[in-house]
Amino acid sequence: MSWIDIGAIDEVPLRGARVLKTNVGCVAVFRTGPDEVFAVSDTCPHKGGPLSDGIVHGQSVTCPLHNWVFDLNTGQAQGADAGHIATYPVRVDAGRIQIDGSVLRQRSVA
Amino acid sequence: MKQKLVVIGAGMASGRVLEHLTDAEPDNWDITLFNAEPRGNYNRIMLSPVLSGEKTYEEIITHDADWYAARGVTCRFGEAVTAINRDTKTVHGAGGDVPYEKLVIATGSAPFIIPVSGKDLPGVITYRDLDDTNAMVEAAGKGGSAVVIRGGLLGLEAAAGLSLRGMDVTVLHLNGHLMERQLDESAGYLLRRDLEKRGITIKTQASTKAILGKDRAEAVLLESDEILPADLVVMAVGIRPEIRLATDAGLSVARGIEIDAQMMTSDPDIFAVGECVDFNGHLFGLVAPLYDQAKVLAQTLMGDPAAFVVKDIATKLKVTGCDLFSAGDFAEGEGREDIVFRDPARGIYKRLVLEDDRLIGAVMYGDTADGNWFFGLIKDGTDIEEMRETLIFGPAYQGGGQTDPLSAVAALPPEAEICGCNGICKGQIVEAIAAGATDLGAIKATTKASASCGTCTGLVEQVLQVTLGDSFQMPTAQPICGCCDLTHEDVRRLIKSQEMKSQEAVWQELGWKTRNGCHVCRPAVNFYLLADWPVEYLDDPQSRFVNERKHANIQKDGTFSVVPRMWGGITTADELRAIADAADKYNVPTVKVTGGQRIDLLGVKGADLPFIWDDLNKAGMVSGHAYSKGLRTVKTCVGTDHCRFGTQDSTGLGIKLEKLLWGSWTPHKVKLAVSGCPRNCAEATCKDVGIICVDSGYQVSVAGAAGMDLKETEGLAVAATEQEAIDLTVAFVQLYRENAKYLDRAYKWVAKVGLDWVKERVVDDLDERKRLIAAFDLSQSIYRKDPWAEHAQQVERYQPLADLTLEAAE
Ligand code: SRM
Ligand SMILES: Cc1cc2nc3c(=O)[nH]c(=O)nc-3n(C[C@H](O)[C@H](O)[C@H](O)COP(=O)(O)OP(=O)(O)OC[C@H]3O[C@@H](n4cnc5c(N)ncnc54)[C@H](O)[C@@H]3O)c2cc1C
Ligand code: SF4
Ligand code: FES
Repeated sequence: MSWIDIGAIDEVPLRGARVLKTNVGCVAVFRTGPDEVFAVSDTCPHKGGPLSDGIVHGQSVTCPLHNWVFDLNTGQAQGADAGHIATYPVRVDAGRIQIDGSVLRQRSVA
Repeated sequence: MKQKLVVIGAGMASGRVLEHLTDAEPDNWDITLFNAEPRGNYNRIMLSPVLSGEKTYEEIITHDADWYAARGVTCRFGEAVTAINRDTKTVHGAGGDVPYEKLVIATGSAPFIIPVSGKDLPGVITYRDLDDTNAMVEAAGKGGSAVVIRGGLLGLEAAAGLSLRGMDVTVLHLNGHLMERQLDESAGYLLRRDLEKRGITIKTQASTKAILGKDRAEAVLLESDEILPADLVVMAVGIRPEIRLATDAGLSVARGIEIDAQMMTSDPDIFAVGECVDFNGHLFGLVAPLYDQAKVLAQTLMGDPAAFVVKDIATKLKVTGCDLFSAGDFAEGEGREDIVFRDPARGIYKRLVLEDDRLIGAVMYGDTADGNWFFGLIKDGTDIEEMRETLIFGPAYQGGGQTDPLSAVAALPPEAEICGCNGICKGQIVEAIAAGATDLGAIKATTKASASCGTCTGLVEQVLQVTLGDSFQMPTAQPICGCCDLTHEDVRRLIKSQEMKSQEAVWQELGWKTRNGCHVCRPAVNFYLLADWPVEYLDDPQSRFVNERKHANIQKDGTFSVVPRMWGGITTADELRAIADAADKYNVPTVKVTGGQRIDLLGVKGADLPFIWDDLNKAGMVSGHAYSKGLRTVKTCVGTDHCRFGTQDSTGLGIKLEKLLWGSWTPHKVKLAVSGCPRNCAEATCKDVGIICVDSGYQVSVAGAAGMDLKETEGLAVAATEQEAIDLTVAFVQLYRENAKYLDRAYKWVAKVGLDWVKERVVDDLDERKRLIAAFDLSQSIYRKDPWAEHAQQVERYQPLADLTLEAAE
């Protein structure tokens, strides 16, 4: 793992998200609880909706375009919809969000 | 030969070390114990009962003079060690040096003091030791008001104690909910409710700017510029390991004194234990792990192998009547799942966090009896797959196979209470069914069960089903969504009648089955709360669909459209020029005249939004809310200004209405039109409210549709004056705001309640009309403002958090 600092947790609204630009495309960084952070691909597998603009509930997000719901832990679409989004390891250390750069790099090679 | 052991600090941790050591090897050690406090070991965690008056200091002493004498411990109390000399292996205190062969540093923590002006004034105290406690008791004796900074474990215990001693207490908390490190929002809500019930004022998201006062603390100034009077200010913001001695002695120090699993510091003859240590980056603030450390340290000193490991810890709050429990990890991480249980009638909330069929965290409020059982499951990593369905009900429900809710209801004895509000038992409901009440309405009418708060409706229905079997049809009233069993109408009614003013209150009091709702219920609940409590409730952007959160319409490619308001469809050459400039500057691919008499700039990039809004603002334009469940457009025709048939100033009235209504949130969108004569060029007869001007006045009609359904408006009233037409319109919109189900257009809502019901309130009952208008005005005092102007100041919200593509590839 190589942790890259991407910002303070307070910069992501509670029950909201911000976008992280990477070489593998946009990653949505979600904050679901006071110290809960997730990072997943920002692009909905249905028709490319920006997931960072969706409603965040529990540990899930609802796509803003056609309401597919994704579990932020697994990246799996819920209910009747079939689809999957990439998830990326993130952690919070002393109020800063860090993302695992090695994974982002591997994905770009793969 | 006895070994010389010097211990710095007579706290909870070192006290345990001494017990272990002198129990096992009473004759091997020559011990000198220093303590900065002028007393020996006492049970620091019981200071709160001393503060509240429930205990005396004498009752919490753990080691008295006899104990030290019997164990041959030389006590140097009231004497702080000021230096450690590792070359001469001595420690220095005011009463002279003492040599050591082994040294234990157990200096605990120092309270953190926020660096605001006035922090050093008399009357500002921290909460750490007996002297602080006595100071608070003394201050409380004079009465007056106290402000406690930070609603964590310590602060709340201080607040409860001071309040019991008769002070007027306010707790300031920076975070959104109390004890956020130990509790989630739901439990935080219940805790707040209980503390408020005992008269303690809680202010969350409150940041302290300064402590005011001349010779002593007199008041606290908040960042919001609010001033709170304070005879006493208690800073309970946090603690820092007390590491000064170790740092000066050149020991390896991180946030605390670094130790290995044997409690040894970087010097093999020096050990550290308690809150002053840093073990692999872990700091400690509760005694359980310190007791583990103490045991390990005693064994290390005696030459026995032992190793300290970090375990999960559980938290309780020592405030009588506030029953909370939290343990393990209920935040962060992949692959986790929640089980939530709420019993609104009894104020109970429980949440379990599962990962890979193990329980890893638990938060409970109201009923914490099973806390230790859950804590055991967490610590042991028990596989809970088998008991998953009934896990949340605790140990009493385990072992009997899986229970389905119906058989659980079937198994209830006749005297089991079903409806808490009215005290109705299962037996009474079964009797009522036997007497012919075969649906929910009949049960309500004959027994009153579920007729009050309604949260037992599901249970009553299950009793019906168990008793009647297949002949009972579960009712078709649709709950809002899977998160709760109530209909929209019930939720609206309960929010009003039970005066619920926060989302957490709704989740808890109405028994939501999820942590914070979903994309279906949360926008609805957010609207209901802000419509009913415009002043008390703060709109939550995170509970809105993207269009309303970003104040722009999202397009299929993720870009946005921008529609500035054109009041009543009237524009000017300057406005058009500014729109044209904006279109050029932001490379807007499409500029379209809408069906709502205004101009749409389509295809604007998300990151450009605050800038294009700022440009439009500067030209005097504001958001057209083309994205909102709120007032959209008021279409007008040219009216008396130009048209040879115009009877009244339709353009002017349209503009007045739009200026009055804009910014308001409504259950669904609201569109108006005003036509100058019955030729109706503004298409007023298919709007939510349509006004046709005639010679004698204004025909106000409502509940039209021209979207997915096509429906002509129905006449509400004929107004003689323009003001009356405006009043009728505002009163109608407010009645709709107060009563309709979220996402019902006005015509759907009127079809449900009936036009007569609407007329009674809006047209006939003048007092009610007045009340509706006043309620609307109050709400507009908050919401009639341009969201674009606000968001244009928050440019960063619309930009990426970070851009890693700019980083050099490693
Ligand atoms: C821009 C506009 C079309 C145009 O180019 O003229 C438009 C565009 C959209 N309309 Fe509309 N409606 C527009 C006038 C209308 C009208 C005519 C009017 O207002 O006079 C109607 C029929 C009248 C009515 O509302 O009953 C209309 C009935 C709808 C409906 C059906 C509503 C219904 O209750 O039946 C929807 C769907 C909805 O809201 O759920 C809709 C939804 C939409 C959405 C928001 C679809 C969406 O969710 O993304 C479109 C947004 C496009 C975009 O990306 O910006 N639009 N839409 C018009 C904007 C008017 C304005 O200035 O604000
Ligand atoms: C009001 C209150 C309520 C609490 N409630 C709980 C609870 O419910 N549950 C829980 O688990 N924990 C609770 N705690 C925390 C718990 O008390 C601490 O974790 C524990 O006391 C830490 O033990 P320690 O031995 O490391 O430090 P302490 O108990 O703080 O002892 C350190 C001692 O070292 C002395 N000292 C410091 N520097 C020097 C020096 N240079 N020379 C000589 N002496 C020195 C200090 O005067 C102090 O007496 C509470 C704490 C407080 C203040
Ligand atoms: S009619 Fe349909 S396609 Fe056209 S703007 Fe309205 S919603 Fe969009
Ligand atoms: S693009 Fe996400 S649901 Fe359609």
